[in-house]
Amino acid sequence: MNATTLKDWPLWEVFVRSKQGIEHKHCGSLHAADAAQALHMARDVYTRRQEGVSIWVVPSAKITASNPDDKGELFDPASDKIYRHPSFYEIPDEVGHM
Amino acid sequence: MKANAAYLLHLADNAVVLGQRNSEWCGHGPILEEDIALANMSLDMIGQARLLYQLAATRIGGDASEDRLAYFRDASEYRNYTLLELPHNGPLVGYAVADRDYATTTVRNFLYGALMVLLWDGLQKSADEDLAAIAAKSLKEASYHLHHSRDWLIRFGDGTEESHARAQAAVDHLFAYSEEFWSDSVAESAAVDAGVGVDLRELRSAWDALVDETLTEAKLARPEVKGYLPSGKNGAHSEHLSYLLGEMQVLARAHPGGTW
Repeated sequence: MNATTLKDWPLWEVFVRSKQGIEHKHCGSLHAADAAQALHMARDVYTRRQEGVSIWVVPSAKITASNPDDKGELFDPASDKIYRHPSFYEIPDEVGHM
Repeated sequence: MKANAAYLLHLADNAVVLGQRNSEWCGHGPILEEDIALANMSLDMIGQARLLYQLAATRIGGDASEDRLAYFRDASEYRNYTLLELPHNGPLVGYAVADRDYATTTVRNFLYGALMVLLWDGLQKSADEDLAAIAAKSLKEASYHLHHSRDWLIRFGDGTEESHARAQAAVDHLFAYSEEFWSDSVAESAAVDAGVGVDLRELRSAWDALVDETLTEAKLARPEVKGYLPSGKNGAHSEHLSYLLGEMQVLARAHPGGTW
């Protein structure tokens, strides 16, 4: 395996669901030749301390991310709209986990 | 029913020797993820060895302990397969230093992994309940080890010209050593007769099928094996084992009973 090949391996984002968790959480990224190998490597790198019961890998190139320069217009307008938080309600016990 | 200590030591020695050998890649892996994977698998094997040494120590009694069995027996007392003590490269004299070859590592892990998946599966039904419990735990680890090495072997064999050539060279170098799996040893025969061990010859057709199917997918040729039959499990080792043990045992022998 030469250096060019290694460099050409695509980047994958790794998401792991913990035993208690209900959603997969992003935990890092790695280089791998294909999806099956990325899953193997994610198992060895990110779940060796019992972190997970399920793994997703996603090609990093497939993720469309917001531009950090747009932070102001995207997120700041929400900062003074506290009425959007459901903090003005009493949640009945019967509702359970939300 | 209790397995004889010699049979437990044979299984434990296999695990600790390959665990120690593969741990040489720690910090030197071809890529970061493989470095961690190999270290993980080494720790699986050292964990298996510990359980087996602990069990053997209770069967031997007296002042036997897992540390005494691992650190204070010399090479001639070890009962591992010769295959597992060889360095990570082609034929070399014991004191030679050469670049490690990942194809060699992968082929060895595959040949042994294919055996251990079958052997641990059989040992789950051992009449020795303690050994059966160790087998059940180890089977999950061995299944992953086999999956991992098989995956890389196919990538190497069916990869570039160079990766194919190196994989084939490793297969050609190591395959003859797998013959030892099917030969006799007093400890194994005693364990089989007592119903606590597995007769490996009954696993051979399943092992052959797994190996042939993988080599075909990897576009690698299975070499003809003839002549020399290694016998590490009877104590006749290559010159490589004492170097490996020298490194593994030096600390425990320099500071007997030391703790941290």
